[in-house]
Amino acid sequence: MRNIWTIAKREFNQYFVSPAAYVVAFVFLLILGIIFYGQLGGTVVYGGSPQVVQWVFGPFVTLVLFLTPGVTMRLLAEEQRSGTMELLLTAPLREWELVIGKWLAAFAFMAVVIFLTSIYFLITNAFTTPGLDRGTILAAYVGFLFMCAAMLAIGVFTSSLFVNQIAAFFATMGVSLALWLVGFLFQQETGVVADIVNYIDLSGHFYNNFYTGVIDLSDIVYFVSITALFLFLTTRTIESRRWR
Amino acid sequence: MIEVNALTKRYGQRTAIQDLTFHANKGEIVGFLGPNGAGKTTTMRILTGYMPPSEGQGRVAGFDLLTESFQVRKRVGYLPENVPLYPEMTVIQYLDFVAELRQISGRQDRVDEVMEQVRIDHRAESYIGNLSKGLRQRVGLGQALLHKPEVLIMDEPMDGFDPQEQIEVKKLIREIGQAQTVMLSTHILAHAQELCDRVIIIAAGRIVAEDTPERLSAQIAGGGRIHLQVDGDSHGLAEALGQMPGIVAVQPAGKDGRFDIETAPGVDGRAKIAQAVVNGGWSLLELHRDKATLEQIFIELTKNDNGEAPAQPGAAA
Repeated sequence: MRNIWTIAKREFNQYFVSPAAYVVAFVFLLILGIIFYGQLGGTVVYGGSPQVVQWVFGPFVTLVLFLTPGVTMRLLAEEQRSGTMELLLTAPLREWELVIGKWLAAFAFMAVVIFLTSIYFLITNAFTTPGLDRGTILAAYVGFLFMCAAMLAIGVFTSSLFVNQIAAFFATMGVSLALWLVGFLFQQETGVVADIVNYIDLSGHFYNNFYTGVIDLSDIVYFVSITALFLFLTTRTIESRRWR
Repeated sequence: MIEVNALTKRYGQRTAIQDLTFHANKGEIVGFLGPNGAGKTTTMRILTGYMPPSEGQGRVAGFDLLTESFQVRKRVGYLPENVPLYPEMTVIQYLDFVAELRQISGRQDRVDEVMEQVRIDHRAESYIGNLSKGLRQRVGLGQALLHKPEVLIMDEPMDGFDPQEQIEVKKLIREIGQAQTVMLSTHILAHAQELCDRVIIIAAGRIVAEDTPERLSAQIAGGGRIHLQVDGDSHGLAEALGQMPGIVAVQPAGKDGRFDIETAPGVDGRAKIAQAVVNGGWSLLELHRDKATLEQIFIELTKNDNGEAPAQPGAAA
């Protein structure tokens, strides 16, 4: 268990010594800032109640699909490319500790970026009476964190498959987008297959509930399952490298 | 200590090493010698628990490689050929990270101690990415020593050091080798000859010889080569010497009166040659016998039956 902390701590610090993390955080906040400013301005001019959750999390979700791959791509791919994997795998460290440590670092980094968006809610809150509905906002944040956890786990997994970071980036984006869009296939249909596919669909678990301020246990189970599944697959991938 | 039995590793269809059986005792430095692609790295990766063998079994530091890999990894220090460093960390950050990973108590003191031991303390705050190759190698060595391993395994540890540094590192390895088991691979034979108590020569995934460097030299020392140089006119010398018993061949080597003389196995011949040269009226300048170096043994042993250099087995380095 202590090893998870050791790995996570190093990796988390790593984000802040490389420019990649700052670029990711900058892009997030820049684009969200533009959209937020536009929406807020529109509301001020034309009236209406500020839908801050939608303003922030709507574009945020889209951005996350493209930016989480950037957060996770180096995690294991770089260790394998540079040969430091040999250090880690010959240390008294279990594969799952390595995998969870890496994922945890990415999650902590994303949590920092997500936390920075709270500024938009604080600003809007200051301008509105009687203030924003805190429950809705909190639900959206909780849901968002769970969703990011799942997407980062996918990223950790693809990063373990590749030595090349670019390959890991696009593979993560591909898997995430596919999971995000798979619900389109059976939008109008019913039946067992449609139900299963709709359950697997990532976006449904976000838009239908967290986005509107509802926390449903089944969504949390879904995101936790996806996270656990991909972290498990990552562990097996690393274990299998030993046997190749 | 290390003890392995019939170790075999296959990568798909390719066999990287086959039936390796050897051991290394406490307080012994064992050299692992072989051409590139002979299977040295593969063997070391198995010994350090990086990957399991396809067949065979072994014990390192008293634990089974297959079933107790975790215990083995706790007790083995490993310096891979490609030194595993994080360039964006400082030396002290990196060593502290490894110390934490190895759950060393009194981490800070131990890191300081090791930095002094491998003489990197003056660059403790430098980013590893900015260090020279020799300094990086020191950091890698430090990493392998942090947890005071019972068994130290080093893949090409001399790589990247300049001659002065090599002397220091050899001294350090000898020190460590007094109390612990050290196994190192190299393709530079002089290093093995200087450092190792015992040498294992491996070619195409198999052990071809195993002995002390001295005895390996002695093995092919019979039938050696003598270098002779005379001053001035050397006319008729080759013919005169060629007729002596025990002399196989006399070849002029260069213009200034140098000759290479090949003797029959077990014949020294130096005394007789000196006498013959002087008696014949030539002026003797130099006469010495080649001592068989590991280099020669190596070439001799790694030749295949056709007398050619061995085919590369294509094993992963």
